[in-house]
Amino acid sequence: MLVNPVKRAYLALESWFNLSFGTEWNPLYHLGTLSFFLFWVILVSGIYLFIPFQGSLSGAYQSVEYMTHEQWYVAGVMRSLHRYASDAVVVTVLLHMFKEFASGRYRGFRWFSWVTGVPTLWLIITLGITGYWLVWDELAQYVAIGSARLMDAMPLLSGAMTRNFVAGQMTDRFFILIEFLHLLGQPLILFFLLWIHVKRLSGVSINPPRGLAGGTFIALLALSLAKPAVSHGPADLASMPFTLNIDWFYLNVYPLLDYWTEGQTWVLTTSVTFLLMIMPWLPPAKSSPIAVVDLDNCNGCGLCFNDCPFDAITVQARTDGARFEHEVVVDPGLCGACGICAGSCPASNPFRSSKSTLKTGIDMPQLSVDELRTRTTQAVMEMSGATKILIFGCEHGLDTGLFDDAGTRSIRLICSGMLPPTLVEFALKKGADGVLVSGCRHNDCYFRFGNQWTRLRFSGERNPILRARADRARIRVQGAAETDKGDIQRSLEKFREELGRLNQADKSADAEKDEKVADENYH
Amino acid sequence: MKITTNKLVRYSLQAINYTVFMALVWYFSAAPSIRILADDQAAITIAFAHAGDLRELCRKLSSEEIAELAANMRRTEDCPRERSPVLIEASLGEEIIYDVSLDPPGLFEDGGVDVYFSKRIPAGKHRFEIKMDDSVREQGFNHSFIREFDVMPGRIILVSFDSESGFSAK
Repeated sequence: MLVNPVKRAYLALESWFNLSFGTEWNPLYHLGTLSFFLFWVILVSGIYLFIPFQGSLSGAYQSVEYMTHEQWYVAGVMRSLHRYASDAVVVTVLLHMFKEFASGRYRGFRWFSWVTGVPTLWLIITLGITGYWLVWDELAQYVAIGSARLMDAMPLLSGAMTRNFVAGQMTDRFFILIEFLHLLGQPLILFFLLWIHVKRLSGVSINPPRGLAGGTFIALLALSLAKPAVSHGPADLASMPFTLNIDWFYLNVYPLLDYWTEGQTWVLTTSVTFLLMIMPWLPPAKSSPIAVVDLDNCNGCGLCFNDCPFDAITVQARTDGARFEHEVVVDPGLCGACGICAGSCPASNPFRSSKSTLKTGIDMPQLSVDELRTRTTQAVMEMSGATKILIFGCEHGLDTGLFDDAGTRSIRLICSGMLPPTLVEFALKKGADGVLVSGCRHNDCYFRFGNQWTRLRFSGERNPILRARADRARIRVQGAAETDKGDIQRSLEKFREELGRLNQADKSADAEKDEKVADENYH
Repeated sequence: MKITTNKLVRYSLQAINYTVFMALVWYFSAAPSIRILADDQAAITIAFAHAGDLRELCRKLSSEEIAELAANMRRTEDCPRERSPVLIEASLGEEIIYDVSLDPPGLFEDGGVDVYFSKRIPAGKHRFEIKMDDSVREQGFNHSFIREFDVMPGRIILVSFDSESGFSAK
């Protein structure tokens, strides 16, 4: 299978992190929550720094110097935590963005999260920029003049702002305005944007696993102690610094002003922003039919409502006069067409209506539960090996069709979460010796919760559960990305050996049973 | 709490990952540095706000013109608000470093212009000249200023203008 080299590199990094952190703590699976955690570090350290900070032209630099050198053990560490957590958040946010882009999770119903993420990123950058102003050192002076030049290039402002940054012109009033922006205005807008950004998702978590949060904090603290953040010389509007150590995470646009005009710099930044904003609608366009509710088979139990990762399902009062209290409705604008709802519906039971079409409460037009049952039956019948393994794969993970042979057949689902647990039981009953369910990598479901719900359903922790009568020894769940063919191959071989032993044991037990019955009949 | 070998290996790998991440964060938070000025460079900045002269002077209205005006709008003079564009030409030695014509902003072209220009120059002695024409009613540049200065590396010569005292440099 061809995998984009960038994605291949990313998946390799993900595998390395899985080895180091385990799938539960893998930072690449928690980039959003890790960013939230870093925001908390920034917020708490920022509140502490605000106490000794003097918000005036004459006092700002001295107060920051005092914090950095005199009270290095608390305020200095807080300053460094503030700086390095701010830098780290740019990395996590950019990786988050890259990951969503590389895996195509920005199109269709996901446009809202993508589009709201773009201004959020810019706001984070500008928040960092105003933060650098407040130190009022040579770097702040450079940033202030560069920002003012950019602002002055915009219509209406016409050169009025840059004049503030010549000797004798700068006033405390302007400085306090920047302070207000950094301490209150921008953070409030940022939190509002973050709320909007995750608004269309259900079950949103903003806290990373404790181990990951703890490790990140310890690393930030160690860096803060080893390499404390320091200032440049004090700002002096009558002179220019010769060199500056700039923060490339936030200030990368300013060196461009040495080569480009302000207008060109604006053209670049606005073009990048525009391109990012329209990306969800750029070709090739993809759209999938959304989930369809069949009220004749829906009792309004709400399991699909509980499992929908995108808040696309609502439960409302019954409208068809049936004896049930509720019914569910799908919002077409929010539905991700993942099919997880079909997997959660208790009516998606293949043992029902065995002679006719299996109709369920909520289904996917492109791959109905009835079609899944038919394919399952067919796949089991087609297998001829000594041990027959049926694989349920997912369209966004490894192409499980690669393993098809005499004793192996694969059925690809839209998402592993659309697999009704009873269908696994059905496959075993129909003659499969084992069933392997392979969705996306653990904790990294394309549809957020598909593989997680599958595991919980199979372990009996989430409805609809895999019934106790299903032989767990004959069922495996293992997530896999496009580059994990070798892993699945090895697991499959091992599984086949185990199933062979189980089959042998079953045969021996059956033979023993037959012998016992024969003996009893003889006597 | 017993830490198994597996966990020990995992924590060690995590420590390596965190170290690499923090090293990246630390490095790019302050490096690579950028050169703003060469060791032998200084800068000159021209910055001021100034409103050009009125294009036309006030004109006394005739009694007929006053009579044509609404009773509550009657006045004795007509004073057009439009201002002249501001032309500036600055040179350092023989080289013209700034040559600009700034139109007055505003719907009625009656606003003042904001001037900001900054340029890196070699440190040392220079002859600086700046001329400004801010009136269409006068021919040529009606303000000028010449100064010889010796600028130290890293310093900024700030040239400003005040309507009453004219140009100054410090």
